[in-house]
This record gives sequence, C-alpha cells and structure tokens, in this order.
Amino acid sequence: MLDFIVKRFFQGILVVFLVLTAVFFLMRLSGDPTTLFLPQDASREQIEAFQHQMGLDRPLYVQYGEFMGNAVQGDFGESLRTQQDALQSVLDRLPATFQLAAAALILALVIAIPLGVLSAYYRNSIFDRVAVGLTVIGQAIPTFWMGLLLIFLFAAQLKILPSGGAGTPIHMILPMLTLAFYSTARFTRFTRSAMLDVLQQDFIRTAKASGTPTFPLIMKYALKNSLIPIITLVALDLGELLGGAVITEIVFSWPGVGRLIEQALMTRDFPVVLAGVFIIALIYTVINFLADVIYAYVNPQIRVK
Amino acid sequence: MAESILEIKDLKIQFQNGKHIVQPIREVSFQIKAGQTVGIVGESGSGKSVTSLAVMGLLPDRISSIPSGEILFDGKELTKLKEKEWRKIRGNEISMIFQEPMTSLNPVFTIGQQLSEPLKRHRQLSNKEQKAAIIKVLKQVGIPRPEQIIHEYPHQLSGGMRQRVMISMALLCEPKLMIADEPTTALDVTIQAQILSLLKKITSKKDRSLMLITHDLGVVAEMCDWVVVMYAGEIVESAEVNELFDRPLHPYTRGLIQSLPSNNERKSKLYAIQGQVPKPEQVKQGCIFANRCPLAMEKCFQESPPAFQEDGHLSKCWLQSSDEGVVR
Ligand SMILES: Nc1ncnc2c1ncn2[C@@H]1O[C@H](COP(=O)(O)OP(=O)(O)OP(=O)(O)O)[C@@H](O)[C@H]1O
Ligand code: SF4
Ligand SMILES: [Mg+2]
Repeated sequence: MLDFIVKRFFQGILVVFLVLTAVFFLMRLSGDPTTLFLPQDASREQIEAFQHQMGLDRPLYVQYGEFMGNAVQGDFGESLRTQQDALQSVLDRLPATFQLAAAALILALVIAIPLGVLSAYYRNSIFDRVAVGLTVIGQAIPTFWMGLLLIFLFAAQLKILPSGGAGTPIHMILPMLTLAFYSTARFTRFTRSAMLDVLQQDFIRTAKASGTPTFPLIMKYALKNSLIPIITLVALDLGELLGGAVITEIVFSWPGVGRLIEQALMTRDFPVVLAGVFIIALIYTVINFLADVIYAYVNPQIRVK
Repeated sequence: MAESILEIKDLKIQFQNGKHIVQPIREVSFQIKAGQTVGIVGESGSGKSVTSLAVMGLLPDRISSIPSGEILFDGKELTKLKEKEWRKIRGNEISMIFQEPMTSLNPVFTIGQQLSEPLKRHRQLSNKEQKAAIIKVLKQVGIPRPEQIIHEYPHQLSGGMRQRVMISMALLCEPKLMIADEPTTALDVTIQAQILSLLKKITSKKDRSLMLITHDLGVVAEMCDWVVVMYAGEIVESAEVNELFDRPLHPYTRGLIQSLPSNNERKSKLYAIQGQVPKPEQVKQGCIFANRCPLAMEKCFQESPPAFQEDGHLSKCWLQSSDEGVVR
C-alpha cells in the first residue's frame, strides 16, 4: 500500500511538471507579449528595453530554467497587466471556482442518486430507458455546448436568466446547471450500476424473505451498500468536475480561475496563465491522487497492479 | 395424521427471457403435514430452489410466472397473492434459510439490526422487548455471548455462526413452515453436522414443519420424515423415508442411493449416474430420465409415464405399470 502511495505521489508531481513545461513552451512559441503591451508605433529601442526588462531576450532554455527555479518556490512572477503577484491573483479567484463546482456537485448528487436508484429498481422499464438515454446524452454533450444551449434558451429566448457574470445567486443558476448536467449524467450511471449490483445480492433476498417492504429494502438495505462504490466513483470523478468548471466559467464569464486563465491568454499575460494552469493541474492531481488512494484502500485488488 | 400445512398441486413455473420460454417446474405436487420434515432431493438444476422460492413468493419478478397449479398454505392459496399480502407471510408464517451464510447477511448492518427486521415487520414490540426476543433466540441456536454478537457485523463471525444467525432469523417469528435450501452445503463437514443437529432439535419441538432441500441423501435419511425426489423439474418419486430407502422404486432414486458413499466403500470407484440432467428446454417426449436410465424400454421414449401410486408411495416410472409387472 505504501509503495502504491509513493508511486502515485511521484507520478502526480511528474504530471504537474510536464503540464507546466508544455504550457510554458506553447505560450512562448505562440507569440510575444511585447506587441500587446507597447503601443503600435513603439520604437525599436522601446521594444528591446521592454524585452530586456522582461527577460524575453535571453535564450528560451535560460528562461525556462529560471521559470522552473522560481515556480518550485511558488514564485510565478507578477502579472504583466496588473503588476500583482500572479499566484496570488489566481488564488483570489479560487473560491469562485470552488463555489461553482461545489454547487454543481451537490445539485448533481441530489438529482443523480434518487434517479439512479429508481432507474435500477425499475430496470428495463420505460422510466429506466429514458433515464439511461438522458445519461448517454448528458455525457455526450460537451460542457461548452451545453452552456451555449442553456444561454440560448434561458437568456436569449426566454430572457429569464442572465447569460453571464456574477454577483447575485441568479447568476449562478445557468453555470451551475451546465456544470451539473454532465456530472448528473455520470453519477446517475454510477448509482444505477452500483444499485443493480447490490439488488441481486443474496442479502437483499434475505431481507425480502423477512417481509421487508420495497421502500426500506431499497433506501436502507440496498443503498447503504451502494454508497461505498458511489462515493468512490464520485471522488474519482471530481477532477473531471473541476475541468468542467474551468470551461463553464469561460462560457458564462464566471469570475473563477478558468475565466482568469482565459483573460490572461488573450493578453499574453504569461505569469498568470502559468500560475493558473499550475493551480488547476495541482488540484486536479491531488484530487486524483486522493481518489486513487481511497479506491485502492476500498478495493485491495487494484493495489497489486 | 395431522393436516397439511403446505399443499402444492400441479404446480407449473415458467421463466420468460424475451421470446425464450422455459418451464423449470412441471406438474409438481406434494404436501407437508404439520410437524413434518420433508426432504426435497435431486441433482443440481432439478428445480428444488425454484420450487421453494415459489412457496416464498420470491421468484424473480417480471420474468417468472405460475401459469397453472396451486400452492395452499394453511388452506390459503398463495399463487395469486398480492405483494402486500405476501409480506405478511414472509418471515412470519413461512421463513427461509438460504444456502450461502456468507453472502446472505448484509455486510453493513449489525447482526442485531438484521435480526430486528422480521420483528419490526410482524410484531409490535418495544426496543427492549425486541432485544430480549433476539437474545433468546440466539441462545436457542447455540450462539455464545449473544449480547455482544448483536453489535457485531457479519464478517466478524465464522460461517457456522452466520448460519446459526440465519436460522435464528428464520425462527424469530415462530413460523408454521421453515424452508432450508441446502443449509449446510457451504459449510465444513464438522460444522455441517452441528447445524443439522441444531435443525433437528428445532424441528423436534412443537408443530414446526420443515422443507429441507438437499442433494445429499445421507442428510435426508437422518433428518426427514418424508422424501420427494425431483428430477428435471418433475417429481419422480415420493415416499415415507424408511419406505424410500428400503424399497426405492424409481431407477433414478436407486441410482442416487447407490451413489451414497456408504454403499461404495468396497468399490474402487464411486458409483455415479451417467449423463446429465436435461435442461428445461431440452425436455422432449417420453420419460425425462430415459436418456440416462439403465432400464429404459421402448415405451419410455414414446410416452411419459404417469404417477403410479401405492399406499402413498409414488413413482413416475413405467416399471410400476401393471402391464410390465412390478420390478423390485
Ligand atoms: N432466474 C432464472 N431464469 C431462468 N431460468 C432459471 C432461473 N432460475 C433458475 N432457472 C432454471 O431453473 C432450473 C432449476 O433451477 P434450480 O435453481 O431450482 O435448481 P436446483 O435444483 O435448486 O439446483 P441446485 O442444486 O444447483 O441448487 C434450472 O434449469 C435453471 O436454469
Ligand atoms: S419410465 Fe422408463 S426410462 Fe423412465 S425411469 Fe422408468 S424405466 Fe427408466
Ligand atoms: Mg438450488
């Protein structure tokens, strides 16, 4: 078990490192921020001075080495636009991202667990088929597309909800629905399959043979057994949810880390992009690391692999 | 003799998977009298479990049905019962002990929580009374330190202990009929003997009737008053236990008795009936045992034998027909 944890831990560090490296080079290769920060008619001297000041005139590998050296110490430099500490400005946006993700998670669980339970109990019924169909659709529609659909329907056509921004709880409704849609589909599937598994166990037959009515049979004796696999699968899926949150923020101008990264990309604000990517990659990795450890703990068979 | 507690008449059970229909039980009739232990024997796939599940109303819903026949329990016809009425019977008037004590208890509830379930459903008792009733029955089935056991989870108990817990659950509401489906098959030999003697002790008391399903004739000889031999979904022989062992009529029963280890001691090889039980969908015309029967005659492949009966001893074999003379 310890071997497994140590191995997964170093794999996690490697992932974060590789992601940062890839983004660093992609950003440098995709263009120079100089032109965006200086006026159109800036003189050659001004440009060179700016590049020198930013260290952009040095060879790429030197810049990369310096960046990594600082990043390891948590220093991603200052935002080119606001001169604030890049990492700090990302961290300031983190609560908004978490808020959105948490709201979507709760909504998804509240809908998905009863839906999955009913679907499993009435398996192969019309209800079950419709539910399964919806989960397939829910997983197939990309998050940004779902977001656009909802904006089109509720903001553009019905004009009952704002299409973006933040501030009031109303603003959260559409991004939350968008993000929850995909997770609801996945969690419904998890719950349904976990329940199907449990419902055919011998101990369910024993409870029936005791005269237990359907409701306690399902909600007490079966569901409690299904919760272990459901929680594990949900935990394994949180990284996915975070990725979805980043996309959703961009669609709805929700002021979280995803939105910040997007804006920073538009303005070639390298330090902020890299700090944002670092934070997202780090959280994603930590979540998956924890989920793997939990999963290995619950299910001893995978520890060996 | 006492009146019947359970009477099954011409029972037919059907499974339907899409267009695929099978009848694992065809025209099965037998009865259990109050206080009797009746053994149901037969090889794997002969339909013993399906029959017992029908008596509990636990056949898989949607895919199974009972196209004809009756199950009379205490005079009440069960096959047409609504789910709600079934619930009043299950665990209360009829209870069941399953084969697998390892998987038949819920892993995430304590023994006490699970044992309180039938009481909660069928008796109005305070928590204290419930606990007292559970501890009493746990003592009855020979579980040591019942006050602690009720707070433990199934995985903390051995297989034998779990089967005792299952038996105590079946006993809790003092049912008129208990069904035990291979209650010892999953246990070690020494534990098997303990559980059987426990069941024997329980059934010797009062008017407790037991339907004991097994493929072990040795268990039948020890435990039962009456024996029903099933083969491929039909009853091929049925008789009082001593009568059956002294005078087995059906070639299948004779084969089963011959393959008992005690009859094999001096033989170099275990006797085994050749071939396999036909699947329900493979049943053709003629006697269902004909393809494996050492005494099969031409007639056996053409016509299915009726149930010949003599002083309650039933055998479904042409050898009993007076035309053929009685072969014994
Ligand atoms: N759910 C089901 N769907 C379809 N066929 C079934 C189902 N359950 C049982 N059967 C069929 O019914 C027949 C009788 O099965 P049953 O379980 O009653 O046998 P058994 O005598 O209890 O055997 P064993 O000694 O193995 O427990 C078998 O041919 C089996 O394939
Ligand atoms: S009817 Fe014929 S085939 Fe069937 S058991 Fe009797 S002798 Fe054998
Ligand atoms: Mg069986």
